[in-house]
Amino acid sequence: MSFLLVQALSGLATAATLFLVSSGLTIVFGVTRIVNFAHGSFYMVGAYAGWSLIERFGGTPAGFWGSVAAAALAMGVLGAAMEIGLLRRLYRSPELFQLLGTFGVVLVVQDLTAWAWGPEDLLGRRASGLKGSIDILDQPFPLYDLVLIGLGPLVLGLLWLLFNRTRWGTLVRAATQDREMTSALGVDPARLFTGVLFLGCALAGLGGALQVPREAVTLQMDVAIVVEAFVVVVVGGMGSLTGAFLASLLIGQLQAFGILVFPQITLVIVFLFMAVVLVLRPHGLLGRAEEMPPTAPATVTVPLSRGRHAGVWALALLAVMAAAPLVAGDYALILLTEVVILALFAASLHLLIGLGGLVSFGHAAWFGLGAYGSALLVKHMDAPMPLALAGAPVLAGLGALVAGWFCVRRSGLYFAMLTLAFAQIVWSIAFQWYAVTGGDNGILGVWPSAWAAGKAAYYWLTLALCGGALWLLRRAAFAPFGYALRAGRDSGLRAESVGIDVRRFQWMAFVLAGAAAGLAGGLYAFAKGSVFPTLLAVPQSVDALVMVLMGGIQTVAGPLAGAAVFHLLESEVMSMTDWWRLVLGLIIVALVLVFPKGIVGFLSGLRSSFGRRRA
Amino acid sequence: MTELVVHDLQRSFGGVQAVGGVSFTLRSGDLLALIGPNGAGKSTCFNLLNGQLRPDSGSVRLDGTELVGLPPRRIWALGVGRTFQITATFASMTVAENVQMVLLSRARRLFGLWRPAATQFREPALALLDRVGMAAQADRPCGVLAYGDVKRVELAMALASEPTVLLMDEPTAGMAPAERLALMALTAELVRERGLAVLFTEHDMDAVFGHATRVLVLDRGRLIAEGSPDQVRADPRVQSVYLGGEA
Repeated sequence: MSFLLVQALSGLATAATLFLVSSGLTIVFGVTRIVNFAHGSFYMVGAYAGWSLIERFGGTPAGFWGSVAAAALAMGVLGAAMEIGLLRRLYRSPELFQLLGTFGVVLVVQDLTAWAWGPEDLLGRRASGLKGSIDILDQPFPLYDLVLIGLGPLVLGLLWLLFNRTRWGTLVRAATQDREMTSALGVDPARLFTGVLFLGCALAGLGGALQVPREAVTLQMDVAIVVEAFVVVVVGGMGSLTGAFLASLLIGQLQAFGILVFPQITLVIVFLFMAVVLVLRPHGLLGRAEEMPPTAPATVTVPLSRGRHAGVWALALLAVMAAAPLVAGDYALILLTEVVILALFAASLHLLIGLGGLVSFGHAAWFGLGAYGSALLVKHMDAPMPLALAGAPVLAGLGALVAGWFCVRRSGLYFAMLTLAFAQIVWSIAFQWYAVTGGDNGILGVWPSAWAAGKAAYYWLTLALCGGALWLLRRAAFAPFGYALRAGRDSGLRAESVGIDVRRFQWMAFVLAGAAAGLAGGLYAFAKGSVFPTLLAVPQSVDALVMVLMGGIQTVAGPLAGAAVFHLLESEVMSMTDWWRLVLGLIIVALVLVFPKGIVGFLSGLRSSFGRRRA
Repeated sequence: MTELVVHDLQRSFGGVQAVGGVSFTLRSGDLLALIGPNGAGKSTCFNLLNGQLRPDSGSVRLDGTELVGLPPRRIWALGVGRTFQITATFASMTVAENVQMVLLSRARRLFGLWRPAATQFREPALALLDRVGMAAQADRPCGVLAYGDVKRVELAMALASEPTVLLMDEPTAGMAPAERLALMALTAELVRERGLAVLFTEHDMDAVFGHATRVLVLDRGRLIAEGSPDQVRADPRVQSVYLGGEA
């Protein structure tokens, strides 16, 4: 009994941290309608800054709390700077750009943090004056955690007062409900938004600094916490503070007791909980329907260009590529093999984004599932390569079949969050299920059959399979199936009223895209000879998005060019520096800043301004 | 002979009753106008009929088949076509492709993964576009059309499914006067030619009284008058709540 009580209390302490971080995320979302991927970065840097300050001044209670407060304020200032430098330019962009742009910040911050504090995990000193524990029903419980438990409701109360008893808070609430109206009333939205980012990021920094006495400060805590905060915000209802509090409590308890029952799959439980909540209560526990983000069209609405003589060009390209082994060396062939694989991966994502308007933020799940499918077949069943390769799209397709059923129930940002959640589920299974997947160590020794072992032979095999799959995807895009998918994107209302079951087409597209990505993953596993959980992780999903974005959404050939450019950039430029995250992050940020309305929007903007000049 | 029987349809939003006990019958050959001041519940009524909204109570029977509770696409498959007040077409496709989509859907060929969609049902689509006077613009993207032209594409899309009942929510809104009359004349012709049953809402009184075979008047969610255009025009209740100052 007392054991359960202590477990519940430690769940409450976890909930307090979760609430601090997710309250900031939900406030920022409520006003700016941007889901700030970089929110976890402020939590992480807050923890690092807090660690440094506490090391220096944390000897006394006043020094400790002063250090925590200073770290939080510093994060607030950084957040305001990000609003002015980046977010301000993204408010009218499609959500894909907002998520990507802030993810670019995540990458940049990761490298800068590693540069400033080094790659080692840091252990902070305990909170001065709160080092001991007290006995609760004969079980010891850390005093500091008790303070944290009290802090959650305290912050909720303070925020309530701020939003309901001050003029600034009233303006923020007004802006949350109607941005245009508020600015029409003479409120400077720019200053309001900067203030909101200050508050939100300060809360994230506070959460981070408060973690210093509890756990090690690491470079991985940013993505880990932001994904958890996404879950809290989505479960609670996007933009709802009380909802975030409630969801934090529930998820804190779920984690505290989940670890007792299913120690291997605590992460899975949390994400499944979110998926179930979203299916039962589409707007979250306390979210309201009208708080649904107004989804800016993620894609362009010009006809997909069919391209003149596309078939001729494709055959010519294929012939040139097939001849490559005659002149290219081994290294170039490896690179080309990877480009071809990634082209299929990017094209499969393009099917969802370009045709369906469905921005998936977890497409790596299916790529990785295909890779793991092949590797597991080889490792545990001694399958020959052809069988293992055939298993890749099947496993990925089945995974997408299950996940897709949930995901296509929602659109826009919620769809992005759901796909991210499922990718994290798959990732955490690969990461935590040591006995089968080898966890962190991955699976090694996944080599092609003897007949395909040569670099040229494997390249040809890859070219044939990916080329075939790409051709099928292209046929599907111009066949009634692809048109029905576009019909659902252009006008769901009209599509339903002429007999098109939009969800069913989206679900089918999800499975098709998943299977295609799975085939790419299987080929990748044999190309590399090994698989690791990173194949399923968020950065891999982002890579695919960047490839699609670079190539442009308006053509079926775009993702292929995007994959080639991106991979060459990655392997040739970024391998020359240790700071590849920094470089990639800056590229992403530049990409979304230069093309805030999408590449096609940029081009048509150019065309119209060009036309004006000539007229 | 098709018969759409609407019986005691009710729907509230929060505490506000948008449609309160509406009953009427729509038969082949009818060109039935549903009129009423803004906020009378016309669009809600339409959304209840085609399944976009679910009524709190009441029934809608198409030749004896209950439509309440069916999703829009099922109701469409039973032969109830619809055009929208705010135009809704597939903006990224050409005019012809918009109509082709409906024909493909009708023929249950949407799940095709192989043959290009643009080559299927093109001739019948062009014939339909010719009927509404849009054949010349068949290969323009729908997203760049003038508003009145989009309305005509919508009509072609609705006709493509060979409906027996057609619901038209403000079919001529945003059109120039000459265009309005042409579109209403075309609709009246289709009613005679194909034995369609058409229910339409309209703000333009010339369109209503010039073409409708019968008129329903809705006020604050209730039907207050029903009859021939002349009867309705002469009805004192209609004059007081609807025509107001003009009477």
